[in-house]
Amino acid sequence: MVLFSGLLNKFQYLGAVTLHSFQRLGRGSLFLLEVLMGSANLFTRPMLLVKQLYAVGVQTLIIIIVAGLFVGMVMALQSYYALVDFGAEDSVGVMVALSLLRELGPVITALLFAGRAGSALTAEIGLMKATEQLSGMEMMAVNPMKRVIAPRFIAGFISMPLLATIFSAVGVMGAYLVAVEMLGLDSGSFWSQPQNTVDLYLDIYNGVIKSLVFGFVATWIAVFEGYDCIPTSEGLGQATTRTVVHSSLAILFLDFVLTALMFAK
Amino acid sequence: MSDILVKIRDLHFSRGNRKIFDGLSLDIPRQGVSAIMGPSGTGKTTLLKLIGGQLRPDSGSIEVDGLDVHQLSTGKLFELRQRMGMLFQSGALLTDLSVFENVAYPLREHTRLSESMLRHLVLLKLNAVGLRGAAELSPSELSGGMARRVALARAMALDPMMIMYDEPFTGQDPISMGVLVSLISELNNALKICSIIVSHDVPETMSIADQIHIISAGKVVESGSPDSLRKSESAWTHQFIHGDADGPVPFHYPAEPLLDDLLLDGSHTG
Repeated sequence: MVLFSGLLNKFQYLGAVTLHSFQRLGRGSLFLLEVLMGSANLFTRPMLLVKQLYAVGVQTLIIIIVAGLFVGMVMALQSYYALVDFGAEDSVGVMVALSLLRELGPVITALLFAGRAGSALTAEIGLMKATEQLSGMEMMAVNPMKRVIAPRFIAGFISMPLLATIFSAVGVMGAYLVAVEMLGLDSGSFWSQPQNTVDLYLDIYNGVIKSLVFGFVATWIAVFEGYDCIPTSEGLGQATTRTVVHSSLAILFLDFVLTALMFAK
Repeated sequence: MSDILVKIRDLHFSRGNRKIFDGLSLDIPRQGVSAIMGPSGTGKTTLLKLIGGQLRPDSGSIEVDGLDVHQLSTGKLFELRQRMGMLFQSGALLTDLSVFENVAYPLREHTRLSESMLRHLVLLKLNAVGLRGAAELSPSELSGGMARRVALARAMALDPMMIMYDEPFTGQDPISMGVLVSLISELNNALKICSIIVSHDVPETMSIADQIHIISAGKVVESGSPDSLRKSESAWTHQFIHGDADGPVPFHYPAEPLLDDLLLDGSHTG
C-alpha cells in the first residue's frame, strides 16, 4: 500500500511537471507570436533597434573575439600534435577552418552569447518588471512588447550570425599565428587547403543557418524568461539561471538536429 | 455627461484560491479626490490595475467615462489609457532615460509636437512639481520623494481626465510626504480632474480626500466624507481610522489554541 502510494505520488509529480512545462511552452509561443507581430513597429522606429544592436551585439564583441582567438590557437596546437605523427601537418589550416565554420563558430558563440547577452537581457527585462516599468509603460498606453521586447529580440537574432562569423574569422587568424608563426608551418599550404576545401553552401551557409537558429532560440528564451519571471530578487535570479541553462541545452540539442539534417549523406 | 467617472459593479476577482474582491461596487465622481483605503493586502493596488485594464475581473464590470474597460479592444483600451494617468508606488520611471526624457516619453509616443513645444511642456510639468532644476538628472540620482514627483509630472503629461495614485505616501519622510499631499490636492483643484488615491496612510489621505471608500474582505465596508468616517459607529472603521491594535481585525493570525501548539512534541505544521 505504501509502495503504491509512493508510486502514485511520483506519477502525480511527473504529471504536474509535464503540465507546467507545456503550460510554459504555450505561454512562450504566444509571447513569441506577440513579439514577432510587434517587430513590424521597428521599421518606423529604427533607433530602438540600433540601440539594442549596440547593447546586445557590440558589447558582446570583446568576449567573442578573445574566445575565438584562443579557441583557434588551441585547435591549431591540438591538430598539429595529432597530424604531425602522420606527416599531415599541412592540413592544420583546413581542419581548423572546417571545425570553426561548421561547429565551433556557431555553437561556442551561441553559448557565450547566452551567458553574456542572454542573461543580461533576462536581468534587464526582469528588473523592469520588478520595478513596475513595464506596467508603467502599459498605463502610458505604450505596448512594452513593441518598445522593449521586440527590439531586443530582433537585435539578438541579427547579432548572432555576425558574432559567429567574427568568431570563426578570428579563430582562423589565431590558428595562423600558432601554426605558421609559432610552429613554422608553410603559410601557402595553411591558406590554400581551406580555399580548395571549404564549400560555400555546405560549410559557410550551413554555419550561418545554425547561428541564425541559435540566435533566435537563445534570444527568445532570454526575453521570455525576463518577461515571465516572478518579480522578486529570488525570481529574477532563478530566471537568469534558467536562461543560461535552457539556452545552452537548446543550442546543443539543436546543433545535433541541424548537423544530422545538414550533413546527412 | 455623467458626474460619475468610474463605475464599478459587482466586481469579483481572485488570485488562485484567494478571493480578493467579492461583489465590490462603488462610484467615483468626475471631479475631486476619492480615496480607497484599507489594510495591506486588501487588494487596493489590484483595484487600480483592474480600473486601468491591466487585470481582468472574474466577473462584474468597471466603466470609465462610460466605457466598459474589459470589453474594449486593445487599441481602444490604449486610447482610454491616454486619458488616465497612474502614479506607481515605486515611481516606475524608466531608468535608462533622464528625468526630462521620462516626462517627455508619453508626449513623444502619442503626439507629434515640435521639439521646442515639447521642451516647453516638459519644463512646465516639471516646474509644477518643483523639479525643473532636476531635468537632466537620471532617476538613480533622485530620492524616493523626488522620483514620485517626477512620476507625477509624467502622469499628467498628456493632461488626463483622472490620475490614480498607488500608495503615494508610503515610505516618505515628513517633508516629502507634506509636499506630495499638497501637490496632489493643488493639482486636483487646478486641473479639475478626478484623483483616486489608494492608501493606508490615514491622516494624510483624510486631509485631502473629498470622499473615502474603506474596503475589507473584498467589499466596501463604508463610504463617506472624512468627517463622517471619523464619527462612524462601525467598529471596523473605528479600528482602521484610529489604528487600534485589536478589534474586529484580530491581533492574532488564525491559529490553533496556544496550549495545543505548546503540547505538540516539537513537530510543527510549517
